[in-house]
Amino acid sequence: MVALKAGTPAPDFALRSTPDQLVSLSDLRGRPIVLVFYPADWSPVCSDQLALYNELLPEFYEFNAQIVGISVDGIWSHLAFSKDRKLHTPLLADFEPKGAVARLYGVYDEKTGEAERALFVIDAEGLIRWSYVSPVGINPGADGILKALALIAQHKGDTTIPELSRLPVKEDQ
Amino acid sequence: MNESATLATPVSARDHTEGRADAPLTLVEYGDYQCPYCGAVYPVVKRLQKASGKKLRFVFRNFPLTQAHPYAMVAAEAAEAAGLQGKFWGMHDLIYENQADLAPDVLPAWAETLELDLQEFALAIKKGEIIKRIKEDRMSGIQSGVNGTPCFFINGARYDGRADYEPLRAALEQQLNTKVL
Repeated sequence: MVALKAGTPAPDFALRSTPDQLVSLSDLRGRPIVLVFYPADWSPVCSDQLALYNELLPEFYEFNAQIVGISVDGIWSHLAFSKDRKLHTPLLADFEPKGAVARLYGVYDEKTGEAERALFVIDAEGLIRWSYVSPVGINPGADGILKALALIAQHKGDTTIPELSRLPVKEDQ
Repeated sequence: MNESATLATPVSARDHTEGRADAPLTLVEYGDYQCPYCGAVYPVVKRLQKASGKKLRFVFRNFPLTQAHPYAMVAAEAAEAAGLQGKFWGMHDLIYENQADLAPDVLPAWAETLELDLQEFALAIKKGEIIKRIKEDRMSGIQSGVNGTPCFFINGARYDGRADYEPLRAALEQQLNTKVL
C-alpha cells in the first residue's frame, strides 16, 4: 500500500469520535488539519505519540491547526484511552468497515490489521501538503508536522506553490 | 526519507554537561523528572558513564511532559535553580534517585540537603528566567524530533533503540568505531 502523497486532495470521510458524534473531514475544513494514523490505543505512556502531540497542542494552535487521531480501535476503547491519558484531541474510530479510512489514505497494514504510523498535513482548502509513514516501531516526533504547518502558513492562499513533498523535513542530516 | 532525526541545537556552553568537552562521544538526553522511564534509565546512564570514562560526555536537557506529569515542571525548575548555584547535577541526581517521593513540597528540603541558599533558590524560580530556559530546551527538543521521554541523541543522531544498558552501550561503541575509521 502506498500512502497518498502531497498534492493530492484529501479524501473525505466520516467516522465516530463518540457513540453519538460523527466527525467528517469536510466539517473540519477551513483550517489546517493533521491526521495522525496510529496502530492502536494503549501503547506505553511516555513514548506515546499522542501523548507527545497532546503536550504540543499550544504549538499546533499557533497555526490554528486541528489534530485528529485515527486508529481501528472502537469508540469505547478511544474514550477510555482518551480519559486515561487526558488527551485533548478527538480520536476517530476507523472500526466499521475496519480500516476503511486507513485504506483510503494508503496506510492500512494488512498483516497486523492496524493502521500504520502515518501523518498527513492537510491545508485549509483540503489539499494534502505533507505525508509521512514512519518506520515500524518508530514514533516520528512532531518536527515534520510543525515544519509542514509553518510552510503552509507561509504560502497561505497560494495554490500555485510546488507540491510540498519536497518539504525540507529533516533535510539537515 | 527522514530515517533518523538529528539534534537541531548543538551542545554548547549553556548546556549542563558531565564529562570532558573533547570526549569522542556525546550522549544527550531529553528527559522529564517525573517520567518513570527516565527514572528507570537514570542508573543506566550512570553505568554507561562509569564504563566509558573519558570517552563519554553526558548532557541533560529538559523535556517536561506536563500534561502527563504534574510535577515535571516544578522538578525541572528546581534542578535549574540548583544549577544557578552550581548544583544542577546534585539536584538532577537527587530527584531521579528519589523519584517515587517527588512532590512540590519536598523540593525545598532537597535543596537544603544540597546546602543551597534557599532564599536565592526560591527567588530564581519566581523570576521566570528558568522557565525560559526550560522552554528553550523543549523547543530544541521538538525541532530535533524528540518523540517521547527519555529521548537520546548520540553524537547528534537520535537513538531509536531501547533505553537499556546493552543496546545503548552497543550504539555508543559503534559510533566510536565509525569515528575511528
